[in-house]
Amino acid sequence: MSHAEQQRGPNHGDRAPGYERLDGHQAGIGSYLIGLGLATLLTIVSFFIARTTLVWQPSIPVALAVLAIAQMGVHLVFFLHITTGPDNVNNVMALAFGVLIVFLVIVGSLWIMAHMNHNMMPMDQIMQMQR
Amino acid sequence: MSAFQGTADRGDPDRLGRGEGSRGRQHSAEHAAGGLASKRIVVGYGFWIFLLSDIVMFSAFFATYAVLVGQTAGGPSGRELFDLRNTGIETACLLLSSFACGLASIGAQAHRGSWFYGAMAATFILGAAFVGLEVREFAGLVARGAGPTRSAFLSAFFTLVGCHGLHVTAGLLWLLTMMAQVFAKGYRADILRRILCFSLFWHALDIIWVGIFTMVYLMGAAT
Amino acid sequence: MLGKLSWTAIPFDQPIPLLAAALVGVVIIGVLAWVALKGWLPYLWREWITSVDHKRIGIMYTLLAMVMLLRGFADAIMMRSQQALAFRSDGYLPPEHYDQIFSAHGTLMIFFVAMPFVIGLMNFVMPLQLGIRDVAFPTLNSVSLWLTATGALLVNISLVVGEFARTGWLPYPPLSEIAYSPGVGVDYYLWALQISGVGTLLTGVNFVTTVLKIHGPGMTYMRMPMFCWTTLASNLLIVAAFPILTATLAMLLLDRYLGFHFFTNEAGGNVMMFMNLIWAWGHPEVYILILPAFGIFSEVISTFSGKPLFGYRSMVMATMAICILSFTVWLHHFFTMGAGADVNAIFGIASMIIAVPTGVKVFNWLFTMYGGRVVYSPPILWSIGFMVTFVIGGMTGVLLAVPPADFVLHNSLFLVAHFHNVIIGGVLFGAFAGYNYWFPKAFGFRLHEGLGKAAFWCWLIGFYVAFMPLYVVGLMGMTRRMQHYDVSAWRPWLLIAAGGAVIILAGIILQIAQLAVSIGRREELRDVTGDPWDGRSLEWATPSPPPAFNFAVLPRIEAQDAYWGVKQRVRQQARLGEEPGYSAIEMPRNSPTGFICAFFATLMGFALIWHIWWIVALAALGAYATFVVFAWRDRVEYIIPADVVARIDRANRSARSEALGSPVQAAP
Repeated sequence: MSHAEQQRGPNHGDRAPGYERLDGHQAGIGSYLIGLGLATLLTIVSFFIARTTLVWQPSIPVALAVLAIAQMGVHLVFFLHITTGPDNVNNVMALAFGVLIVFLVIVGSLWIMAHMNHNMMPMDQIMQMQR
Repeated sequence: MSAFQGTADRGDPDRLGRGEGSRGRQHSAEHAAGGLASKRIVVGYGFWIFLLSDIVMFSAFFATYAVLVGQTAGGPSGRELFDLRNTGIETACLLLSSFACGLASIGAQAHRGSWFYGAMAATFILGAAFVGLEVREFAGLVARGAGPTRSAFLSAFFTLVGCHGLHVTAGLLWLLTMMAQVFAKGYRADILRRILCFSLFWHALDIIWVGIFTMVYLMGAAT
Repeated sequence: MLGKLSWTAIPFDQPIPLLAAALVGVVIIGVLAWVALKGWLPYLWREWITSVDHKRIGIMYTLLAMVMLLRGFADAIMMRSQQALAFRSDGYLPPEHYDQIFSAHGTLMIFFVAMPFVIGLMNFVMPLQLGIRDVAFPTLNSVSLWLTATGALLVNISLVVGEFARTGWLPYPPLSEIAYSPGVGVDYYLWALQISGVGTLLTGVNFVTTVLKIHGPGMTYMRMPMFCWTTLASNLLIVAAFPILTATLAMLLLDRYLGFHFFTNEAGGNVMMFMNLIWAWGHPEVYILILPAFGIFSEVISTFSGKPLFGYRSMVMATMAICILSFTVWLHHFFTMGAGADVNAIFGIASMIIAVPTGVKVFNWLFTMYGGRVVYSPPILWSIGFMVTFVIGGMTGVLLAVPPADFVLHNSLFLVAHFHNVIIGGVLFGAFAGYNYWFPKAFGFRLHEGLGKAAFWCWLIGFYVAFMPLYVVGLMGMTRRMQHYDVSAWRPWLLIAAGGAVIILAGIILQIAQLAVSIGRREELRDVTGDPWDGRSLEWATPSPPPAFNFAVLPRIEAQDAYWGVKQRVRQQARLGEEPGYSAIEMPRNSPTGFICAFFATLMGFALIWHIWWIVALAALGAYATFVVFAWRDRVEYIIPADVVARIDRANRSARSEALGSPVQAAP
């Protein structure tokens, strides 16, 4: 087995997602504890906001969305160990690509379908009109 | 080519499943692909890409749910159907199981059986509780005549949440398989890689659940 | 016991499919018998079916594509002849049959010809070009191949047992819902695509990881050959788009099997959501097909012009731009569905913007040829044919991107002509160019050039004769997929189009002849050095065919066109470099996992289609068991000893030395 093949290259020093340290030392339990704490907090706040009357009602969906995104971030950083270090570039790029696609699919579909539904009645209403 | 049968058995660098023991050949196994990145990085990244594709699939189900959420066809809507207390318990189960999974991966890295098996068992129990609660919720809805065939909204709901539940169930099966593998073969490098993939999977499922409980349950109950 | 399956599933009362099935059955049994009698089965199992070698898998993918091309083309001939005959008559194909034919034609061509062809070429070439030994996940590669074959098998079984979908290559609801398509046809379509879709998605994961994480020493991103860049972009699109297809087809399956209401007419279903989601996949899909073809052209054009590719950086930017932009245009497939002027305008503009990076590429190819010394072999002929044909097709595409124009032309034969223009002129010509170009590398001998050129001219002329009339008749108002018509003005054009199909048939026959003659004359056409075209990239540094391990020692890469620099130095010095130090190489073991998995997938798919639930359960269990058995393996790799590596490499070195005209450098 040639060790000559274990040479440096553009990927030297890369990290796998979910794996905190290159040198094989344990990922700290601290990271998971902080993540758990933050996630719990964000969850409780979300549940609270959904049913409370203390907050201006129309802002609730936006607030929930923000809290959800924040919690996803907490998961990514503290459980999946995705960081912005130079050895994590490929992981972050892949994530950014995924987020872009998710955004285009969801927002694009909602935008398109909202317009579609504006111009054309839902099918069962049309059918009811014909009875 | 396949005439060259070598003795590349990787055996068990550690004592079989007995926790302690040497770390064995932990550094990057030379890979036939001539790679520079270690196998752990390659496998981890590959699985990360697969997870992103899975998330795109969920986004299609999310988009469909968002489009069809108002199509209740004269039947019940989310407001009437969703039990937020149940959702809260499910969320707690999944979040704690994600935490337990993190502990399990630390245990696996450290080759500490007590930690690994204990945390994996906790992950399983919490995950199974989640699935159980969800099955009970679904059964209850069907019994009330609010099954997936009632309206487009309910079809979308059952599919989105059910797809997530199916993923969790598959994860539970995978979890048991990983525990069996460690028991049978110890903390071999490739098994550790699979545990890494499993933990990525499990955490990603919790991320998707954040999206679900926010968008489906909380927004459904709030509006 | 057997669900919906019974003897009535076999079309004893329909002569055409029965005859076709009988013919195919005879051929398959004949081939199997011949192989078995010659004693080749153990060899095939050991070296090909269970192979995890990217080169073998690539060859098998390409073979699948070519065989399916014959079936898809047979469908095309039937369609053209039906439309030529069916003026104020019913032709010879009843509507239920004709509908299945055009649906099968499209489904086969996109999913089981174009996709496997480009995936096969990427599989074979990309690791060689990167200077590595295999892809990131070799066994997964095998799984992908066999799952794709499963999908193709299911579609072909539908010819004999049951029926195929009548809903076109994309099964729009409500027609594809259970209420209006109660038969098994749509189910065949759906399960074939779900299963092969898994295979394709896994390929996407595999190749993205390979290109981004596994490089030979010195191979930075900006030194990768253009084909590897387009492989990356195409597979990023696979990873991003195919999950949408999986989700959408799953929703249709849920509607059909479990009575859900995603796309039904009643209970609030929204059929338009299907179109929206399916095209959110469908548009990136066509870019998945064309990007590797663009990569092939970059390689071929630079090699046969004897010049490095012009504007490498702008090509890379253009490729990645196309990758991202392809996700922003999908509504142009349903401008007429009623989204309104604002939405249409935005997507129309985006569709025009995406033409720009393609234009950049075309100019770069032209500038590559300019000032070069062009050698007119078949690969470059296909490339030049592509440049002319694809530009015309692209222009009609930009025309269709104007929403008001599309309102007139949507679903007319103008549209049909456009997409065949870009897919045949782009993807298929690229695949043929790649096939001619890399064939010597794969098999050790070149393809007969005269027959190759003749085949090219038949395809080129045949394409124009077959499809230009369709533009005309589309502008005259003819809708697509018509089983009969009575507008006499259309008739002459459809007759000409049928003639074009015959010319293409001649081209296909010539390609088959080319292969047969080349195999017969392979000693004359032998590629001794491994570099028959004076190539520029690393695959030409290996012997033809390359050994299992690709490179005896992984090459150090110092610049773009990695092989060219090395070769020029060797030529200058009039001798090969020093013999490298050989060491043992670990290679992944073959595995039957892919094949066995696909076996269970076929069983499961067939049982799902015919509602034979107990077989579904057993097959699912079998597939899971296969995974577990695979996961329980202890011996994953085998070692090729250093002296074997040395022997293989020295043979190649001496062949190359002879070609140089100098004695072999002895081992230091």
